[in-house]
Parts: sequence; C-alpha cells; structure tokens
Amino acid sequence: MTKTLLHAISLGILLALVWLGLSGFFEPLLLGLGFLSCVAVVLIALRMDVVDHEGHPIHLGWRIVTYWIWLIWEIVKSNVEVARRILHPALPIAPCMIRVKATQDSELGHVIYANSITLTPGTVSIVVEDGTILVHAIAREMADDLETGEMDRRVTAVETRPSRQSGEA
Amino acid sequence: MALVLDILSWVFLGLGAAFLVIGGIGILRFPDLYARMHAAGIIDTLGSALILIGLAFQAGLTLVTLKLLLILLFVQFTSPTATYALANAAYRSGFAPLLSSKDDEPSKP
Amino acid sequence: MFLMATLAVLVTMGLTLVRALVGPTTFDRVLAVNTFGTVTVLLISVLGFLIGRPDFLDLALVYALINFIGTIAVLKFLKFRDLGTPGSDSLAEEE
Repeated sequence: MTKTLLHAISLGILLALVWLGLSGFFEPLLLGLGFLSCVAVVLIALRMDVVDHEGHPIHLGWRIVTYWIWLIWEIVKSNVEVARRILHPALPIAPCMIRVKATQDSELGHVIYANSITLTPGTVSIVVEDGTILVHAIAREMADDLETGEMDRRVTAVETRPSRQSGEA
Repeated sequence: MALVLDILSWVFLGLGAAFLVIGGIGILRFPDLYARMHAAGIIDTLGSALILIGLAFQAGLTLVTLKLLLILLFVQFTSPTATYALANAAYRSGFAPLLSSKDDEPSKP
Repeated sequence: MFLMATLAVLVTMGLTLVRALVGPTTFDRVLAVNTFGTVTVLLISVLGFLIGRPDFLDLALVYALINFIGTIAVLKFLKFRDLGTPGSDSLAEEE
C-alpha cells in the first residue's frame, strides 16, 4: 500500500514537471488548473490500477541511466554497421534467427532486454516467452555480438539491487 | 560560442539527414519484411535522434529544447514496442522470414 | 541548413511511401506507414524551425503519440478483426 502511494506521488511529480515544461505558463490560475489536472490523472491511474513498479519503475534508480549511456553507444555502432550494409552495392546481408536466454527475474527486465535488442538495428526481437527471446538478425556477426550475452548481463545488473538485498523485496 | 553551437547543430542535422535517407533506401532495398525492420530501426533510432538533437542545439536552453527531448524520449520508447508488436504479429500469423541458410532456423515454439 | 534537413526528411517520406504503396504484404505497409509517421514527426519539428515557429513542436509531440497508438490499433485490428477485444493477455494466449 505504501509502495503504491510512493509510486502515485512520484507519478504526480513527473506529471507536474511535464505539465510545466509543456505549457510554460506560471500564472496562479493556470498553475492551479494544471495542478488539478495532475491530481485527476493520478486518481484515474489509481482507479485503473496501473500505478505500480512496472508502469513507473522508480526502483531502478540511477542504474538505468548508466545502462542507457552504454546502450546509446551500442545503438550508434550497430546503426553505422547496418547503414554500411545498406549502401554496399552487393547488399551483404545474411538474415538468421537465433534464440537467446533472458536471465532477468521480472517481466519488466524481459521488456527492457527485448526492447534494447530491437532498439539496436541489426537485431529485432520477435517472440518473448519462457525466459528466451527469438531474435531476427540481419547478419551472422550481429547475432554473434548478441550471443556473447553482454547486454543480457547488463540488463540483469540494472534490475538487481547491488548491495542491500536483505532490506526489502 | 554561438558559432560552435551552430556548427555542432549542422553536423548533427547533416548526419541525421544522411541516416534518414539511408534508412529510406534500406526500406526499399531489403528483400523481406524482417530485414526492412532493421532499416526502419535506423530511421527510428539514430536518424530521429540526430535530427532532434541538432534542433535542440539551435534552440539553446529553453522550453523548446525540453519539448524536443520529450519527443526524442517518446519516440525512442515507443518505436521498439511498435516494431515488436509488428514482428510478433507477422511471425505468429505464419509469415516466415527469408533466411540465408535453412538450418539456421530454430525449432518453432 | 533547415531547408536541407527538410528536403532529406521529404525524400525519406517519399521512399517509405513507395514501400507502403508497393507492399507486398499488409505488414510491409504497416511498417512503412509507422516509419512514415516517425518521419512526419521530424518533418513537423524541422518545419517549425524553418519557418520560425517552434510552437509546432506541440503538434509533433501529439503526432508521435497518435502514431504509436495508431500502429498498435491497426495491428490489433489485423489480428482480431475487432478493436473491442480486451487486454494484452489474450494476445499471448491466442494461437
């Protein structure tokens, strides 16, 4: 229950920040109306029962940010690789399908991993089930990159709390 | 300083434009649906990101930049979901991908 | 500079539109239209800067939202022939 409250509060703060950023108005009346609409959205979200650790994963903390920085570099590298293959006159692609293991505990972890695979061009996740992901790769090298399991390891590290595991959860 | 920002933004816009067109060419050139998804991925990830960051350099530290970054974040979050939905729907409706060698295909679930 | 970016965006839109028209399968068309939508978001943003009206970005933001919902809706319709089927759980256990 307190966890739901925590998520609701952080959702409200996030909504308020987005409202401020998008509107750019700072008059009392409009601020009041914006505040009311944020509260209304939070209440509706609570009624819909979508305020939880999946819709609003604050428990990931800063680890997800460091993961993003690593992911952006991976995305840039594979983008250049796929672009090179597109522009090559002979179109050197060799599509293949592989199955990779997803070692994350929760569905959220699986989603992060599968979406990361899709975000890096050259690999697209097709079916996620029973802790494995079916991946379509544009070339054997990109499939090999994925099969080293580095991305999987990093996503699992994002999900698991490093030090104080006995405290909660 | 303004000149540096201008040059940076031009570089980003130029690179983004190049990646957009490359992605478009890829969508036309690639032989089957699953391969075309990779080309669409180029447009969705690096192409859009570079263009939006290039525009953000022009806007400077204003609310406009915040909106650009929101658009960027939103596109990056939704595009893999949409691509996954598409790939999954195509695969489950029995649309077989074109593979380079037949023995690569894993057993069907 | 914005003009060049706009032209590149327009060229990309043309290329994806060709794929949407050629097909051959429905999924190819959905993929092309989804990409077309992403590029439209970029076109609106760049156009806002080109003609000096950055308020266009609000439109781009809304268009990005609509594009995503639209793609998902079309895919759901392709799968179930009906938009009223509730829940994503039915998607997983279908088959």
